[in-house]
Parts: sequence; structure tokens; C-alpha cells
Amino acid sequence: MGFFDPVAGFGVTFRTMFRKTFTIDYPNGPRVTAPRFHGRHQLNRWPDGLEKCVGCELCAWACPADAIYVEGAQNTEEERYSPGERYGRVYQINYLRCILCGLCIEACPTRALTMTNEFELADDTREKLIYEKSDLLAPLLPGMEQPPHERRLGDDEQDYFLGLPSTGEPDDRAGDISEAQPRPINQGWRYRRKQAAGDR
Amino acid sequence: MSLLIPMDLEVFFNDRWWVVALKALFAFVVLLLLTLFTIWYERRVVAFMQQRQGPNMNGPFGLLQSLADGMKLMFKEDFTPTAADKIIFTLAPFVVAIPAITAFAVIPMAGIVRVPFTDIYTPLQVSDLPVSVLFIVAVASVGVYGIVLAGWSSGSTYSLLGALRSSAQVISYEVAMGLALVAVFLYAGSLSTSEIVAKQAEPATVFGVPLWFGVQLLPSFIIYLISMVGETNRAPFDLPEAEGELVGGFHTEYSSMRFAMFFMAEYMNMITVSALATTLFLGGWHAPVPFNLLPGADSGYWGFLWFVVKVLVLLFIFVWLRGTLPRLRYDQFMRFGWRWLIPISLAWTLMIAIVRLGQREGWFSGRPFWLGAAVVFAVLVGLAFFGGGKEEPAKEAGKPGGEGMGEFDAFAGGYPVPPMGDQVLPEFAQVLSGEEDLAPDRSADDQRTKEGSEA
Repeated sequence: MGFFDPVAGFGVTFRTMFRKTFTIDYPNGPRVTAPRFHGRHQLNRWPDGLEKCVGCELCAWACPADAIYVEGAQNTEEERYSPGERYGRVYQINYLRCILCGLCIEACPTRALTMTNEFELADDTREKLIYEKSDLLAPLLPGMEQPPHERRLGDDEQDYFLGLPSTGEPDDRAGDISEAQPRPINQGWRYRRKQAAGDR
Repeated sequence: MSLLIPMDLEVFFNDRWWVVALKALFAFVVLLLLTLFTIWYERRVVAFMQQRQGPNMNGPFGLLQSLADGMKLMFKEDFTPTAADKIIFTLAPFVVAIPAITAFAVIPMAGIVRVPFTDIYTPLQVSDLPVSVLFIVAVASVGVYGIVLAGWSSGSTYSLLGALRSSAQVISYEVAMGLALVAVFLYAGSLSTSEIVAKQAEPATVFGVPLWFGVQLLPSFIIYLISMVGETNRAPFDLPEAEGELVGGFHTEYSSMRFAMFFMAEYMNMITVSALATTLFLGGWHAPVPFNLLPGADSGYWGFLWFVVKVLVLLFIFVWLRGTLPRLRYDQFMRFGWRWLIPISLAWTLMIAIVRLGQREGWFSGRPFWLGAAVVFAVLVGLAFFGGGKEEPAKEAGKPGGEGMGEFDAFAGGYPVPPMGDQVLPEFAQVLSGEEDLAPDRSADDQRTKEGSEA
């Protein structure tokens, strides 16, 4: 017990003033999350642009918050959205209900539904927070084409599912996608404002 | 040396009415702006002490944060509880806020300044009285009525208890505060703020440079600093509000602009006591030591700069205390005030009075004084080297509640009680059998127990 111990705390607070703060400057600048952060969902595509979702509704059944609504429909030879028999005709996720737990991702048998790291999901109406299939579908990469269209990677769905490359390698059966840039996410309000100005 | 310097406050009473009005407006605006600034300043500084950023979004560096908060409060619902006494409930915030503003009237903010666009010269101080400091102390105490009335008229137990605690605290610490000021009065020979500032600007007899009373009368200054924190109900003495423990003290039932009044009054009180400390102990608006060598460093409006700088330094101490110290318990706080602060300041004031009288009567110039002082000094040095040692055990045994307490009874009087005095818990007294190596330091405790039982 030194003489200055009772007042040592004053030194601690004074020193701390000149330390770097822990505060993250998020809304002013981008925020990088942990790599497996549970953010907004995404409906993935096959390399030729066909949808992976088969409309099985397992995600909707797995959802503890009842946030997912799916209606499946039959593919036809004239109008084909996914390689197999069925596809998800309606796919909605209500982000007012979603708790981003990831059970839907675990339930998905085709890896159609995954999660991105994007957490900027705030909006000002209830309607805007129900994300439709068009909002959730992954963007078209090089080599992809907006469905409906023919199967490009094989004669039936077996060729799609069994022809997957080994883990960790990109699925570039329809073309080189190494140049594709990810869409910027979690950029903060300055970026959003700039985007909004660009849209107008 | 005459004890009472004839006062020359003519300059304050010859001002034209509109000059006085202008100065009053200036003081009011300064106080309001300083209040808004202080709220931001406190939040920022305490944030940095906690490795946070604090408010930094509204305006440059978040400076407009308190303005935004004020706007928010203004638009909130002004709620009056059904059980409240409507008139007094409405009146109380004003009773708190008005004295907080009024006290600033006699604070000298700068020396003689020229009123802009005219040839009129006037001191930058709304007014001065022969008893200015008494006026401040008196007006500050009126604010306590506001607190009590607010708590009582809310018709809520929480508010009433908060008000009682708050007023008990303010009244207790006012005593120590007043006693700390007495030493300044004795040295300055005046109760007028402008005279006290002028006195501190005079070269002191010892070093030939102006010495602030804060340096000359350091114990008084420290006592004042402690009691001003208690007086303004600030951390670590913020027991009436104690966010996280109580609901909110006397302003529990207040919302909207009436709450804002209390909030503003608290910060205004902080500023006023800081300004008073600046005036009485830190040389007022005069430039501090290295800068006062520059000619004209505190002339005209420059004095205002030094005044604000000194007030901000004192406000920093407020924030530093808040960022560092945990809140005291109420009994600790009261014991500290009455058992330590007031006796110490009484003794110190008495000593100052004796020294002043001695200087006047020439007690310290004769040989008997120095001989006596030498003898006392020699005895003290001798005691420091040879005395003490043996008396300590006796002192230990003679501690209040030490000897007669006997063996520790965990259920004395039928209730579980903690050990008192030098009683030792049975585990450590080895009355109960336990693991031998449970407490490595037990040997010391055993030693003490044996000594205690022998004594």
C-alpha cells in the first residue's frame, strides 16, 4: 500500500483520456463484421443463372419466428427457373419477424438459402421490410442469365448437383467468375446517402 | 496593516442603467452558453476517460449536442402528477434556477473593459457589494428551498426522500464551504469579490510575485474544492440522484422543460462555484504566472479569457472526480462532512486567525517565539525517532469497541452480526476445525487474537 495508492485512480482516468478510443466509427464509415456474421439472406443461383431453390418450404418450417413464406410451383420445359421439377415461385422473408438465427440455412437441402454479412436492414414501412424473391436472389455473375431459360450445365438436375466442384473452389462451370466484385455492404450512412442521390 | 481596507466600489454604482443592463445580459448569456458547453464538455471528457468518444454527431465535435437535448426536452410532454401540489410543483424549478443565475451577478469576469462602440469604461462585473461572497453563499442556499419544495410538492415518496437527502447534503457542506472562505476573508480583508481579486494581484510579501490564495491558503482551497462538489450534488457525492440506485432524487416526477430547469441549474451551480473558486483562490480574471509577465495579458477583454480558462480547469476537476471515484455511501458522506471536513476547517481557520493576529501584534519577531518553536521542533524530531513503538499495542487494544467486546458471537442479540473491533471470525481464530492451508496469512491473525485475549 503505497502513499499514492488512494489517488492512483485519478492517474488511470487521466492516462485513459489520451488512449485510442474503442468506439467504432460505423455509421460514418464501413463496418466489417465477423466472416460468419448472420446478416440478410440470399437465394443462390447455379452458375448458369438458374435458381437453386426448389420450393420445398423446409426453411419456412424450420423458422422459429414464422418469418418465411414460400410457394412452390412446377417447372415446365417452356418456363424453367430451376434445374429440377419444382422451383420457389413466391419467396418472402419478413425482416420484422426474422431473428437471424440461421435455422433456415441449416434446413435448406440445396444450399439455395444462405446468409450474407449485410446488417443494414432498417427501413420506414412494414411493406419495405418484407423482402420478396427479387430482393433476395443473388446478383447475376458473369456467365449467368436471368431465368427462365434452358438447363445449360447438363441434361437433367443430376448433372447440376453431382457436378459440383470440391469444397473451396468456385463453381465456374459456366464461365470465369474470378473477376466478379462483391456488392459493397454495411457502408454506413454516407454511402447510403450517395446511393440515394444517384438513384434520383 | 489595517484589517479592513476601505472599499472603493463607487465604480459599480456610477454605471449608467443601460450599461448595467448590458452587463447583466452579458453575464446571463455567458452563463447559459457556458452551461450548454459544460454539458457537452463533461460528456466528452468523461467519455474519453472511459475510452469512448462521447457525443460527436451534432455540430462540430458534437458541440450542439446539448442544444439538441434542450430542443428534445422542450417538445416532450410536460407531465404533472395527480398527487402533486400544482402551484409549488410549477414554482420549484424556478426557485432552483433563479438563484443559480443570480449568484453569477457579483462574479468579476474581467477588469476594466470598454463598452463596444462607446467611450464608456466599466468593470466586466454586473455589480459588487461590500459583502459579495456572503451574497453568493446566501443566494446559493435559497436554491435548497427549490429542492425541498420540488420534492415535497411532487407527492411522491422517492422525490421527498431525494429532496431531504439533497438538502441535508447541501446544508452540511455549506458549513465547511463557508469556513473555507473565512481564511480568504482574513487574508484579503474584504468580502467584496473585486477587492479579493485585486488583493491576489498584489505582489506577496514572501516571494515578490502575486500569490493566489489557492497557494497561500492551500488547505482552505482543498476544503473548498471538496465542499463545492458536495454542495452541487455532484459525483462522488451525487447521492440524491444516484442513477442506478435511486429513481432520480427530487426531480423524479419532473419532465420536459421543468426538468431541464433543474438540469440547467445543476450545471449553473457547478459553474458558479467554479467561478467563485476562481475568484477567491485562483486570482480571478488575472493571467496565471508565466503569462502575467507579458504586459497587458489580462487587460480589457483578455481577462475574460483567463477567467473562462480557470473555470474550465475547475470544471475539469468536477468531471475528473466523476470519472474516477465511486459514489460514497450516505453515512460515509455525512461522517466525512461533519467529522472530518468541518473540524479540520475550523482548526485551520483558528490557526489562520492566530497567525494573522500574531503577525499584527509582532509575536513572531521576538526571541521567545523562535526559542519555543525550536523546542517544539526538537521534541517532535525526538518523538519521530524514539517515540511511538511501544505504545502501539496499547493503542490497538484501546480502540473503540476493541477490548470489552470479548469473543465473537455470530448471533449476538439473536441476529447474525459481523465481527467488531478486534474480534476475529471463528474460522480464523481456529475455533472451528478447518483446512490448515486455507488461509496462508492466518498466523498474523492468530498472533493478534492471542494478544487480544491476553490484553
